[in-house]
Amino acid sequence: MSTPGELGTEPWPLWEVFVRANRGLSHVHVGSLHAPDADMAVRNARDLYTRRNEGISIWVVPADAVTTSDPDAKGAFFESPAGKNYRHAVYYTKSEGVKHL
Amino acid sequence: MSENSPVEERPTKEDASRNPESTHGDVSVDRLALADELAGSAEGAGRVASADAAEYALRLGDDALVLAQQLGMWITRAPELEEDIALGNIGLDLIGHARSLLHYAGTATGRSEDELAYWRDEPEWRNAWLFEQPNGDFACTIARQLVASLYLFELYGALADSTDPTLAAIAAKSVKEVDYHRDHATQWVLRLAGGTEESRRRMIRGVEVTWPYVDELFADDELTERLAADGVAVLPSTLRPAFESAVDAVFAEASLERPSGRTAVTASGGGRRGSHTEHLGPLLAEMQVLARQHPGASW
Amino acid sequence: MTAAAELSLAGAEPQDDEGRALFDELIAKDSRIEPRDWMPEAYRKTLIRQISQHAHSEIIGMQPESNWITRAPSLKRKAILMAKVQDEAGHGLYLYSAAQTLGIGRDEMMSQLIEGRARYSSIFNYTTPTWADMGAIGWLVDGAAICNQVPLCRASYGPYGRAMVRICKEESFHQRQGFEILLELMQGTEAQREMAQDAVNRWYWPSLQMFGPPDDESPNSAQSMAWNIKRFSNDELRQRFVGMLVPQAEVLGVTLPDPALRFNDETGEYDMSEIDWTEFNEVLAGRGPANAERLRRRREAHDEGAWVREAAAEYARKQSLKAAAA
Repeated sequence: MSTPGELGTEPWPLWEVFVRANRGLSHVHVGSLHAPDADMAVRNARDLYTRRNEGISIWVVPADAVTTSDPDAKGAFFESPAGKNYRHAVYYTKSEGVKHL
Repeated sequence: MSENSPVEERPTKEDASRNPESTHGDVSVDRLALADELAGSAEGAGRVASADAAEYALRLGDDALVLAQQLGMWITRAPELEEDIALGNIGLDLIGHARSLLHYAGTATGRSEDELAYWRDEPEWRNAWLFEQPNGDFACTIARQLVASLYLFELYGALADSTDPTLAAIAAKSVKEVDYHRDHATQWVLRLAGGTEESRRRMIRGVEVTWPYVDELFADDELTERLAADGVAVLPSTLRPAFESAVDAVFAEASLERPSGRTAVTASGGGRRGSHTEHLGPLLAEMQVLARQHPGASW
Repeated sequence: MTAAAELSLAGAEPQDDEGRALFDELIAKDSRIEPRDWMPEAYRKTLIRQISQHAHSEIIGMQPESNWITRAPSLKRKAILMAKVQDEAGHGLYLYSAAQTLGIGRDEMMSQLIEGRARYSSIFNYTTPTWADMGAIGWLVDGAAICNQVPLCRASYGPYGRAMVRICKEESFHQRQGFEILLELMQGTEAQREMAQDAVNRWYWPSLQMFGPPDDESPNSAQSMAWNIKRFSNDELRQRFVGMLVPQAEVLGVTLPDPALRFNDETGEYDMSEIDWTEFNEVLAGRGPANAERLRRRREAHDEGAWVREAAAEYARKQSLKAAAA
């Protein structure tokens, strides 16, 4: 299931744009744009999303190439982690007050 | 926080503005250190250009400003909204180059960038003819952009080593921006030449319309010879081989040829002496009209 | 399944009780709706209409200002204006992107615009005869837009809110540069001061009309507020805007063209003259000074650019064939 937006009917396809704001940070989704191909998409993304030094690196991905989790199964898909509190440090209270733990 | 703390300070750029979720719709104005608006102003602080260097800076500044003025006309008229933005970006880069160059040129005679831009008449303009040729259709504009950006890239690349620190600084900043203009023009030449029959026909026509104005860019004269001898300017003719091979590379990929035979005309040129085609007058009239209605006004 | 097919299917399924319950719960706790969530068709339609109108306004709104790019009276002002108009194109694109997540293509939205089937903010149907209009648009029109838009950063639809955060941050430069243009003019020659006051006179009332009809005549507002798309009523925002303008006008030294304008200590609000809605409705109905011209220009750019867009698409097709064959 792809991201919403690519309709498959427009003259230029839709691209999702991800920008790395600075070294040490991940690329973050900032929006989308239209471009005839990947080369133009990355250039359009530069002009559209980094006019004010917002980024040092850009990814563009055809919107229809993104696979997302199934929205209908939303609840079930993310149910499993709930209750597995032992994955979190705060679950372990007996060590409170002990240094460097 | 101790020096050995395993917790680093968050990078300053990861502020709330970049994470809309955390701000929940609050809007703030970023505090940031602004870079110098005019390139070369730090390096050349207080420096006054010699008469020759000023004349040379005027040529370069006029080229940039006239081209920026042309690209400004595309905004709201580009073939696609993304392209409005791209052409706007290129125009803004060029205005930046023009301001730096005209500012420097003006130091020789005590005139500001705006006095030079708005209060000189046509014969006092020193831009080459290429830059004053009208936009035409998108293919003509792209052909003009290709020639202009390939030329400017070679020029600024070489001028970054100028013995004149102001010109060197302006060129060093400009060459990076022009590099992108070169890429933009190249991408579009490839797409128009290799797209539909119509776009190819228009691209070929754009090249034909533009080519007569190439020679003037590389013509040496007494001024550039004098300045080049001192290492201040770049002798235009020396830029031609690199320009030609850059054109060859683009044209080879786009299966285009330089105009030959009947279409291979060379315009006489003369912009560096203040002699211009009929296109410059109206362009200047429009650009200068408001400023000239209010002599001495500040904006 | 394509996104479009899925979306239309979602539209044909009003009986998604679980989806509706989640939607209601998210709205109730002022959380965000994201593109793949179930949403009532009316919510989707309202958003598509509002976001696309907003995008169109940005795109059409480029024109009155681009009118002065070639004539800006200093190189600095030329650069600022060019960057501003360019931002507006960018804002239009952010918003078209947000609308597209609701299942409508930009080409369709553009067709609606150039065929006169879509609305955009009427304010852009006024003309810009003088340079001072660049100041008045920045100060009054962008100022009113910011008042309207800041609350939209918290709109319940995620992509809309995120686009608005970006837009609002960029808009703050727009309003400040407009204020500065007017300030320069007011500190300038007599002719410049007259130019500035004249522009303020022409743009003041249209900028107040940008907040929409009075609350008791605004039929869609209640639903939009219930859905957390709209956060404040038209009249609330209008009051807030005027409250900000009054001290700014004093700094500028311009007079706001409403003799009845004064702060009412009892109500804690500004008293003001009746807004002339007949003029507003005339402009809305397409009889404004520049309605026809604005659409003509956009249509022309779109039509004349068709061969370029086709060329790029064709080139991309050929390149991918070439890549597949290699």
